[in-house]
Amino acid sequence: MQPAMALRLMLPQQEGHDNSGFALVMQDLEGVFGHYKDKPLLSLACTAKGLGLVDDYMEEKGFVQVAQWVPDTNPRDGLKIEVMQRYVFRNYDYPEIYRYRTQKEREEFLLDTRLELRKLLEEHNGGYVYSFWPDVLTLKEIGDPGDIAEYFDLWKEDGRLCARNIVAQCRQNTNYGIVRYAAHPFFLQGYTLCANGENTFFTRNTEFQKNLHRGYVGFESDSQNLLYTLHYVHRELGWPARYVKHVLTPLSAAEVRERPDGEALEMIRESLSQLQINGPNAAIALLPDGKMMAMCDSKKLRPIVAGQHGNMLAMASEVCGLNAILPERNPANDIYLNEREMLMVDNDLAASRWLQ
Amino acid sequence: MAAVNRIHAQDITVNDLPWKIEYDSASCIGCGACVATCTFGAISAAVASKGTSIAARRQKDGERLVIRQSQSIPEACVGCGMCEKVCPADAIRPVRNPESRWQVIARGPDTIKRGGRKAAHKRTLDSIVVGRISQMTDPALDSERHTFDLRSPLGRVLKPVDLPLKAVGENLLIQGPIPSVRWIYPLIFSDMSIGALSARAWEAIALATAYLNEECGMPVRMCSGEGGVPGALLQSERIRYMILQIASGHFGWNRIISALPKMKADPCAVLIKMGQGAKPGDGGLLPAAKVAPHIQAIRGVPGVTLHSPPNHQGLYSIEEAVQKMHLSLNAAFGFRVPVAVKCAASATSVPVYNNLLRDPYKICGGFFIDGIDGGTGAANEVSLNHTGHPIVSKLRDCYRTAAGQGLQGRIPLWAGGGIGMTGDAAADAFKLICLGADGVILGRLLLQIMGCVGNEHGRCNACQSGKCPTGICTQDPRLVRRLDVDSAAQSIVDYMLAFDAEMRKLMAPVGNSALPVGRADALVATDRAVAEALGIQYAC
Repeated sequence: MQPAMALRLMLPQQEGHDNSGFALVMQDLEGVFGHYKDKPLLSLACTAKGLGLVDDYMEEKGFVQVAQWVPDTNPRDGLKIEVMQRYVFRNYDYPEIYRYRTQKEREEFLLDTRLELRKLLEEHNGGYVYSFWPDVLTLKEIGDPGDIAEYFDLWKEDGRLCARNIVAQCRQNTNYGIVRYAAHPFFLQGYTLCANGENTFFTRNTEFQKNLHRGYVGFESDSQNLLYTLHYVHRELGWPARYVKHVLTPLSAAEVRERPDGEALEMIRESLSQLQINGPNAAIALLPDGKMMAMCDSKKLRPIVAGQHGNMLAMASEVCGLNAILPERNPANDIYLNEREMLMVDNDLAASRWLQ
Repeated sequence: MAAVNRIHAQDITVNDLPWKIEYDSASCIGCGACVATCTFGAISAAVASKGTSIAARRQKDGERLVIRQSQSIPEACVGCGMCEKVCPADAIRPVRNPESRWQVIARGPDTIKRGGRKAAHKRTLDSIVVGRISQMTDPALDSERHTFDLRSPLGRVLKPVDLPLKAVGENLLIQGPIPSVRWIYPLIFSDMSIGALSARAWEAIALATAYLNEECGMPVRMCSGEGGVPGALLQSERIRYMILQIASGHFGWNRIISALPKMKADPCAVLIKMGQGAKPGDGGLLPAAKVAPHIQAIRGVPGVTLHSPPNHQGLYSIEEAVQKMHLSLNAAFGFRVPVAVKCAASATSVPVYNNLLRDPYKICGGFFIDGIDGGTGAANEVSLNHTGHPIVSKLRDCYRTAAGQGLQGRIPLWAGGGIGMTGDAAADAFKLICLGADGVILGRLLLQIMGCVGNEHGRCNACQSGKCPTGICTQDPRLVRRLDVDSAAQSIVDYMLAFDAEMRKLMAPVGNSALPVGRADALVATDRAVAEALGIQYAC
């Protein structure tokens, strides 16, 4: 798939979002990045000075650049887009000492590096670093999604940018300040998540997550909490992914009592009560192994739908998006998740609907 | 001929007392009900000459019955208004006396003692409103139709990394024990002992507790107070609704310990009382007037004034308190019953909470903080009015300290002291929960719901005297009959049902169906200093 596919999915839903930005995370890449799948890919939007700072930092740390792709841009008058000076996507080889470290150690190192770069760029007002991870590319921009696509020539399907998984959203965070980091989807150590909704337990979630992991930073959007919870439950605690649903929207005490696994669920609810969400939310997540999942809040205040045809499965807030890219599918097979369900999509596109 | 009265400057007259009896002899039918009702001896029947003029006095049959107010300090009218309540002719009532010299004359040689709360003052909670209302970005909920989960933990909550869970395939299996945690209603009927309360009043609260659990689906818990528990209840299934208190006098624990082998169910929890908000640094006080034979029996004490020590003898540090008391009480119930601790709010509450949070045994199952507006059955008035610490910022400080370390929620915070002082317990509870409390404890309001007429403006508050005119805080068998157990329990149940509905009415507009513990962004303060101290938005 190429970004144009994500745009075709998103644009019919324009009435449901505010056209304040466009962002996408692509994972399992082909095209220009196809040969460097094991090399961490840095996704940057920065000033010229910021790029210099990044160059110096990466060199000092011993990273060796092995590839770079700079998107062609088509500036023209009238485009609603707030461009940065430089958009850079680079693959690096690990520093010498990390070539023989464990996978886990490398992953922690990549996170530390991204956090350091973020800090460095913030201190010098030098730009934004979105992801630094093998086989993952992130692009985020403020402006009209159609104009952003035109500027970066994303409508052209020439095979430069291809991925098996794309998570995209056309909404910057308009509740608060316009910040590039606040644009969904959010990424951390192989986990990507975008959400449609309002996390009314933002303060509770944030106060808890700030002390939970060094990578839980920013909090520019109340949906970042959902990504961090997914990361914590699945990666840090090592629990099966579906337990994220038990953490985010736990069953009531009365329901838990009736279940054979009630004791474990009660423990989870008890111990992680600060990570519950309690407002309207629908979320789509992509896991490091390429599996995808989707769920919504416990009252189904925000909907989500999935549809499939041939070798493509798509999930969206509104079915008009699916109609645009999967017109041939049988809509009777579309999955509208209820408030207690979770959709898990395997790499062979087998979709399973799990009832909490 | 009578000598002219001489004036003595030290004489006490009715005008020196805090309440004056307003009496209309023209309406009085002379039934004597007011005199019979007054438990304080503040009024008596007397004979007076008819009319006021000398000429009238000279008439035949010129005498009549009148009601006179006592001029003595021990028999001073407390303003309870029982006389007014029983008077069939609307002829009598107490009136607040603005010229009262009470604070000057009532001391000596002993201190002034009373029950109730600190004198009225401006409350922090009244300058906070629920100001974050869901409207367009996220919908408010429907308080009538949505389901709401009003449950709070009592017990030590482990950090997620410490849970004994292991992923086996797609499931998490339990690999070991965890501390016991009760999920209960976010309001506990606070610790008022049999002794401080009449057995009937205590029974009414226990009855309301059982009814709320069994008929209303509200798992409200009641704390016994430091005065023991009736043997029949100890051996009943309903002991699971009770939190057993152990305080510095250990009153009633000989009975509890002897009952252990016969108990059919575990109590909800054990609460170690270190101090209370109404009179921090002072131990429990049960004047001899209230130590009736049945109180002696349940507490295992002689009929004298019972003054609990100000602290637990033999404990000299938090660490030791944790090791000795928490561990031994946990062990007593086979580690199945959470053990929590109640302290008076204090400038030192945060360090104490920190110590408990960091204790390596992970043994403390709750931190109850009791603020300056808490009520009491008996205290020195100087303690009531001048010692203690406001609860709101203290609760907030404890929550924020824990949150700063990622330890919020590990030891549930329960806040008390003046909850429902204005009658709006749900609003007080909701605001404290948003500021970080897991739940609230409520005591004094229960008495008021049952009929207590005491207030923060000096009315009655004679709980220490044994002469409670409503039968709630007395052991006098004649007076306790004034309290009807069933209707008192029903009043509590009715109030709690309204409380529950009001909690939903507050949760719904902020869009939450689960308790918004620590969700301070739901609140705004209309006082800049309060906003700053609590870290919430200021609005004007």
